[in-house]
Amino acid sequence: MAEEKKLAIIATKGTLDWAYPPFILASTAAALGYDTQIFFTFYGLNLLKKDLNDVKVSPLGNPAMPMPMPIPNLVQVLPGMESMATSMMKKKMKAKGVASLEDLRDLCVEAEVSMIACQMTVDLFDYDTKDFVDGIDYGGAASFFEFAGESDISLFI
Amino acid sequence: MPEANQELDARGLNCPLPILRTKKALKDMGSGEVLKIVATDPGAVKDFEAYASQSGDELLEHSEDNGEYTFFMKKA
Repeated sequence: MAEEKKLAIIATKGTLDWAYPPFILASTAAALGYDTQIFFTFYGLNLLKKDLNDVKVSPLGNPAMPMPMPIPNLVQVLPGMESMATSMMKKKMKAKGVASLEDLRDLCVEAEVSMIACQMTVDLFDYDTKDFVDGIDYGGAASFFEFAGESDISLFI
Repeated sequence: MPEANQELDARGLNCPLPILRTKKALKDMGSGEVLKIVATDPGAVKDFEAYASQSGDELLEHSEDNGEYTFFMKKA
């Protein structure tokens, strides 16, 4: 077999909508035989938490988000709107056979996708590494380039 | 229609689950064995072709009937 291809992803966003692309692409790449690594930095670190309930989606500031009915920005700022939008989105995803974030991440772990947490951001946000899933490594920009430098594809998400 | 050693029901699943489940099923099968997959995701047609061209596994046949897509994948 030809030499294994490599995919390097930087995940920088911590909302539900932005959480999907890194895990979908990484799990699929791994299934296609890519050696895959995701480097999680800034808000992307949210995606490494054991409890993913804080990963939400907000219609606020996102006029492109399809809504069952138009909701003015002034209403979207009300308490509970974000949780409501998130639970509606999750419900819709389930109905459409879209994998949950937890499942997709498990599939990545199972497929030995390597996950690196940005140590600088962990310190910056005072994150407790006990809140993160097991099996991840901690590193910095240089460790990203060690892998990305040999990659066929690099994505910044 | 090719004879299948194993079947995978991927109906109702959306991208990328049909491909991931296929990969997982094939992993436990022997070389040359055939997996039959039934899916309802219209995007699966292009995805299974793409999977075959990259994985080395062979897409023997695929067909569509009433919104159900059937694939026969032979493990390399």
